[in-house]
Amino acid sequence: MSTLLLDNVSRWFGNVVAVNDVTMTIGPGVTGLLGPNGAGKSTLINMMGGFLAPSSGTVTLDGEGTWRNEQIYRKIGLVPDREAMYDVVTGWQFVLANAKLHRLPDPEAAARRALETVHMTEAKDRDISTYSKGMKQRVKMATALVHDPPVLLLDEPFNGMDPRQRLQLMDVLQAMGDEGRTVLFSSHILEEVEQIAGSIQVMVAGRHAASGGFREIRQLMTERPHQYTIRSDNDRALAAAIIAEPSASGVELETAHDPESAVVRRSASIGRRDGSGALHVQATDFASFVHLLPQLASRHNIRLYEVIPADESLESVFAYLVAR
Amino acid sequence: MNATVAQLTARSLLGGRRVILLITLPGVLVLLAIIARGLAGQDNDVAVGVLSGFALATLVPLLGLIAGTGAIGPEIDDGSIIYLLSKPLSRFSIATTKVVVAVAVISVFAAVPTLLAGLILTGASNLAVAFALGALVAGAAYGALFVLLAVMTRHAVVIGLLYALIWETLVGSYVPGARALSIRQWALAVTEKALGRRAGDLNVESAVSLGVGIAFLLIVIVGCTWFAGSRLRSLRLTSDE
Repeated sequence: MSTLLLDNVSRWFGNVVAVNDVTMTIGPGVTGLLGPNGAGKSTLINMMGGFLAPSSGTVTLDGEGTWRNEQIYRKIGLVPDREAMYDVVTGWQFVLANAKLHRLPDPEAAARRALETVHMTEAKDRDISTYSKGMKQRVKMATALVHDPPVLLLDEPFNGMDPRQRLQLMDVLQAMGDEGRTVLFSSHILEEVEQIAGSIQVMVAGRHAASGGFREIRQLMTERPHQYTIRSDNDRALAAAIIAEPSASGVELETAHDPESAVVRRSASIGRRDGSGALHVQATDFASFVHLLPQLASRHNIRLYEVIPADESLESVFAYLVAR
Repeated sequence: MNATVAQLTARSLLGGRRVILLITLPGVLVLLAIIARGLAGQDNDVAVGVLSGFALATLVPLLGLIAGTGAIGPEIDDGSIIYLLSKPLSRFSIATTKVVVAVAVISVFAAVPTLLAGLILTGASNLAVAFALGALVAGAAYGALFVLLAVMTRHAVVIGLLYALIWETLVGSYVPGARALSIRQWALAVTEKALGRRAGDLNVESAVSLGVGIAFLLIVIVGCTWFAGSRLRSLRLTSDE
């Protein structure tokens, strides 16, 4: 059982702050490091793995600093995000070399076991340069597992994997977590993180925006006010009906004569039915609003053409978390 | 030293297209020696011209550049060096291994061909051995220097080439003081000593004494290796974000 501890960690490059005063504890089990691209996830993982010095603060693994401490790698298995390996060797030779670099007592057995774990025993004798992206990812994984480390750090491990490989890797990570290892992986996709991570750390723009179980994070994300753009055959009547309900806090009626509106221009590409405008609704209670909307429409005999959640992109969800 | 690091380094150094360069350059030297021998017969002045002017002045620095930067540069460029660095290995042992492999490659592809060319040019004489010895020690220093350069900058090949061409060749020939700070001159001191009394007749003369030459060579070899190891301890791998 190992615990990674980040204490008031910041890292800046020149005058760009990549990681801003982050304090977090990562214990046994699977932890997802979630955040949009450029949020500082890789910088954070690099500092955890001892490849980057924090500009201020400390990163420790079980009380030992990770920076300039090569003995730390007895405990850490690292899966880098970059794809390059030693292409001229076979998967088997490469994993075996990694086992030998760890000076393991029985490198052959360790390499065999690691390749079995990632289901790469069949293709192990082919040159790495002939592997698909998913296979390379699994070989990288095997090199990180070869010394049976209590801590596993993975930088965007699901990038470029097809759904089947993704599920396989998720199973592997889950199993590692269940064994009591400390597994941390980064991702910019909430669904990925949600499926396997027992706890989630959210990074946005270099800051530690939220942490908790996936239910809490999901809740944070669904409880925020939701924006909808709605198009119907009678926007004005619908607006009146919606604003009468407690689950909505604001309605803006946009008429067709408002050519400056970005939404109108956007909707032109979606395909408007009758050249009319749209409704922008701010829903405070997301769950009951989506339940209510069709009822309202049918009660008032309004035909709904389009209901678009306006800000479901991860960026805006994150932005909300930060602003909170 | 670490055998696994050495093995991986040797495989990637000799595995790619780089090996074509590693074979072509010494091939040119041997070819040159055969032609010179055929045209001029056994002429010691011609031999010294080829061995000093081409082997020691051009072949060895270029081979040193290819092997020295090639031993570690590509790994740093593509990030695969992380597989070496994420191991409980001393960074100094990684650097030492890289230098040793580079020097071994330089010896095989520069010092041995120099010996061969010397033998072709002069028959069995100590001239060939003396220049091969010079190529060997120069190769060791270039190897260590260029491994360090590759660790320090991604533009190691360009900077190394400028160094070899401008400093060692141009500045070295025209600026007297600078000649004393040249791997080629230090190696020449070893060759001069190996030639003994014949050195004067053959016009082989180093800008530095043997003691100074060996001292500087050792400082460069040990110092560059140590410094490369120290730089590996804080090598920054990505700046993507």
